Amino acid sequence: MTQLIVEDLHKRYGDHEVLKGVSLSAEAGDVISIIGSSGSGKSTFLRCINFLEQPDAGRITVSGEEIRLVRGKDGHLKVADAKQLQRLRTRLAMVFQHFNLWAHMTVLENVIEAPIHVLGLPRKEALERAMAYLDKVGISRFKDSYPAHMSGGQQQRVAIARALAMEPAVLLFDEPTSALDPELVGEVLKVMRGLAEEGRTMVVVTHEMGFAREVSNKVMFLHQGLAEESGVPAEVFANPKSERLRQFLSGNLK
Amino acid sequence: MIEWGLFTESWPQYAAGLWMTAKLTVLALVVGMCIAIPLAVARVSASPWVSGPVWAYSYFFRGTPMLVRLLLVYYGLGQFEWVRAQWEAGNPFWLIFRDPYGCALVTFALNTGAYTTEIIAGALRSVPHGEVEAARACGMTRFTMLRRILLPGALRRAMPAYSNEVIFMLHGTAIASTVTLVDLTGAARNAYSTFFAPFEAFIFAGLIYLCITFALVGLFRLAERRWLAHLQPRKPAPRTA
Repeated sequence: MTQLIVEDLHKRYGDHEVLKGVSLSAEAGDVISIIGSSGSGKSTFLRCINFLEQPDAGRITVSGEEIRLVRGKDGHLKVADAKQLQRLRTRLAMVFQHFNLWAHMTVLENVIEAPIHVLGLPRKEALERAMAYLDKVGISRFKDSYPAHMSGGQQQRVAIARALAMEPAVLLFDEPTSALDPELVGEVLKVMRGLAEEGRTMVVVTHEMGFAREVSNKVMFLHQGLAEESGVPAEVFANPKSERLRQFLSGNLK
Repeated sequence: MIEWGLFTESWPQYAAGLWMTAKLTVLALVVGMCIAIPLAVARVSASPWVSGPVWAYSYFFRGTPMLVRLLLVYYGLGQFEWVRAQWEAGNPFWLIFRDPYGCALVTFALNTGAYTTEIIAGALRSVPHGEVEAARACGMTRFTMLRRILLPGALRRAMPAYSNEVIFMLHGTAIASTVTLVDLTGAARNAYSTFFAPFEAFIFAGLIYLCITFALVGLFRLAERRWLAHLQPRKPAPRTA
């Protein structure tokens, strides 16, 4: 089943067109890596999928349900039904570059928050779910710690558990290892690799070429707001067709 | 030298004055907080039609002395025929302003409400944007986000500044004695005129204010340890395997 379809997404900031019509389709179990140099629009693309940024044109379908959009008086695209967007956002869990954990809550409180107060799960069930996912990311012994008292790698694993606890259709990762010290990148990538092997559907914006090549089954190279090249990683990395991808890869693969 | 009789004979008046001070302080703080939370949310609104009136309220109240406002309400309102007519008619809202206690309470509550609004609004502005994005991304409604993420984070961060406001309010209630109320300061004035011992009369009141202030500081320290644990230096963490 197709979990996520993004069609012809456009986004501009003033005169600068960041996305010039980018599409993507994720079947269940797909792990799609989006690569590209900074400024290529890859983070913006990901953030448009759950409307943290407002796209100017395009269509987004989550688990077969299209997000209804209308054009406002100012000509900008708007979400027609806030309730629908909120419901579909629970199907698209996001992991951020800077973790974005809620600072005043312990690890466990962070993970049960949205299941209880957004999905309406009973507390007991949410706690069981949270402990299972904290175990999975190897952080259950920190359940009563506050985020500020943990390393970046540990915080990011909590953020992944928080996303998993929503049991979403698609996990969106926005450069999940870019803010981490080099020695902490491995622990987060290991967790993500485990999730990919479980068959979870993931869209990952990343600078980790090793992850893109070995873990994902599709890769998309964005350049100046366009999907310059996409396909199976083995193909894309071995035989880059465009000159720009070749340059990008030679700069990033050491 | 020291007029000890003042302490032994007039302590019941001081106790009654302390009770008045406590009532005024606590009620003003409770009402002020009830005003401040919704106003702080309005104050950080992007729409000037929402934030503007709150800005005007807080600037007026922070820009004028509380004593002037109390005298204005207590002596000034009765000057208007219309207000006096309301008193005659027994309108319960306006009768509040015929009673010095009502005047003082309203003045104090609006005063602390204005300061607390600014304290909470500042704390709301300092909630990291990432926390808001995380809340939006998991499908929270605006109201849930306010109730579960923004206000709990902001109210905690506001605590150190708010503890000062509580102490200012306690000390500020001393001006209630200018409108015939016998609070702690009023009791000290009465004792002074009975015994003609100003030093003893006012040092007694001062020491009581001092004790309450220290107790409040201690309580806030305990509360901060409990509610601001996430901002304090790390306790010995569980061992990493």
